[in-house]
Amino acid sequence: MSERHHIIPVWFFVGLLLFVYGWMILVSGLAEWSHPSDTVLANLHAPVWWGALLIILGSIYCLMFRPNKTH
Amino acid sequence: MIALSAMYLADRLVRLSGVDLGIIAIYFALVIGIGFYLKRFATTGEDFFLAGREMTAWVAGLAFVSANLGSLELLGWAGNAYQYGIMSAHWYWVGAIPAMVFLGLVMMPFYYISKTHSVPGYLKLRYGPEASGLSAITFAVMTILMSGVNMYAMALVMRVVLGWDIHFSIWVSSLTVGVYVASGGLFSAIFNEVLQFFLIWFGALLIPILGLVETGGWQGMVARIHQNFPGQDFTHLWGPMRSFADNPMGIHWTGIVFGLGAVQAMGYWTTDFLVVQRVLSAKDVRSAKLAPIIGSFFKMAVPLIVILPGLLGRAVLPMHLLPGGEAGPGQYKYDDVLPLMLARYCGPGLLGLGITALVAGFMAGMAGNVSAFATVWTYDIYRPYIRKSAPDQHYVAMGRWCTIIGLVVSIGTAYLVMKFASMMDYVQALFGFFIAPLFATVLLGMLWKRVTRAAGFWGLLAGVFSSVTMFTLMKLDQRWVAIFALSPIAKGLAQAMYQALWSCVICAVVTVLVSLITKPRRDEELRGLVYSLTDVAHEENASWLQRPVVWGAAALVLFVILQIIFW
Repeated sequence: MSERHHIIPVWFFVGLLLFVYGWMILVSGLAEWSHPSDTVLANLHAPVWWGALLIILGSIYCLMFRPNKTH
Repeated sequence: MIALSAMYLADRLVRLSGVDLGIIAIYFALVIGIGFYLKRFATTGEDFFLAGREMTAWVAGLAFVSANLGSLELLGWAGNAYQYGIMSAHWYWVGAIPAMVFLGLVMMPFYYISKTHSVPGYLKLRYGPEASGLSAITFAVMTILMSGVNMYAMALVMRVVLGWDIHFSIWVSSLTVGVYVASGGLFSAIFNEVLQFFLIWFGALLIPILGLVETGGWQGMVARIHQNFPGQDFTHLWGPMRSFADNPMGIHWTGIVFGLGAVQAMGYWTTDFLVVQRVLSAKDVRSAKLAPIIGSFFKMAVPLIVILPGLLGRAVLPMHLLPGGEAGPGQYKYDDVLPLMLARYCGPGLLGLGITALVAGFMAGMAGNVSAFATVWTYDIYRPYIRKSAPDQHYVAMGRWCTIIGLVVSIGTAYLVMKFASMMDYVQALFGFFIAPLFATVLLGMLWKRVTRAAGFWGLLAGVFSSVTMFTLMKLDQRWVAIFALSPIAKGLAQAMYQALWSCVICAVVTVLVSLITKPRRDEELRGLVYSLTDVAHEENASWLQRPVVWGAAALVLFVILQIIFW
């Protein structure tokens, strides 16, 4: 993204954030698996599959735009 | 259902768990960390105010859309969708897509080739200091007011959703934005706008997904809305606009096409420096042309996470939401619909992500406003009128101080905004004051070399004055609404559309008339600034996939398809 300044690409920070958030949400979803929260459609366990999706996307972004690769 | 209703009627919508608070804290730590990291790169004026002009089309395009995806977008338009139905999507489609494509294909080359740092900067080159000064001052005022609106919206959500003190929210968010924008300038603002873009999508997308699961899809949602609100049409874009009385907004299709699409949207997306500044950070002309077009595709998708939750609120919420001024204790306003839907579907973890997305949207909105304000103040007011020749470092330092001062003024504005019943009407009025006439001034200046220096100033002044006059008259006496907005039942948004339309027309007429009686500038002075005197780089040598015009056409085709689907 920035040849002159050699700044770490913003996509790496995006991946990092998604990856960390994904794990937090996934673990939270697994922890409440047998006692879902008092929300509508809690039986679908959205935190589990949404957290997994964030982890996958975050990993892809982190790997593709990691600082060592782009510099 | 009983438990859910009880949750809504509590003094706050939700209580955050430890993981939610952790998610919010990580976001704050990351944006401040990024601000400090980027500080070392923001050393020159071009770095601080234009992010070094080295952003790719994708980064500039996402920042371009995200700068407009702040608190007003998320809350205000979800609330409008609840109030007016899918007609609110016009502000994302006819009110954005043609204008974004027009910016990319027609106007961006002039902004970029002239090497201006801002829209008032272009006006200075084209018309001289009078029109530029007027534009810079009005923009600075509007930007700070907008920033205050953002702060107020954020504090409101924090109070409704989390029970946080409204003053605490304003000051904490302001300090955070102040630290990261004053450190990294536009670099920081753009980085956080891209982060915010992803957070908003991943934080809000579950609401329409789970909402449609609950209602049994689009048809199920429509059936529930008809059941809950019989006799009203909330799910058609154009059908209910055959007459003013057929739709809850009280607007005719001419107001949407001409007031919103042809004037207000064109004015906002092509001359509001807050969004144009993001595209000016692009690394070359092709990236600058592509950035708004890339942004237009994402803009078309935003109703999925903003308008659809508002419609789903009509279908599934157990209570009826009320206008801002009518909601009493224990009742909720239209603008509360998004947090209510978030609380409905999102438990621990997801709730933290959704709240973080809202906070990110608010803070990015504020950051966008203060970074644009700092640029216009420093380059278009301070440098030409207060200190003409100073070292570049001086202007960078001024930009940093402006960021802080702008935030302090915004905080004061936020407290003023609390007194207004409807923040969206207020903001639409602001757009009408400044943006609509400015569009006529900039467009005539780009396309017609005969427009003179005096005409640019007097046309813009007449447009702004007429806009303020119309707004004031309509607020003072309802009879003026029937005259200016063509119908006595026109609501606030409809009034703003016609106000924008007439002020743009007045600006254009005055500009043309004054041009015809004053002396034009010489052609040599207008090279690179006017269409007929500028060699705009064409893309004959690029493959068709790399040509902005191809993607612009694709965006317009998709836009038309959406109109037909939801007609």
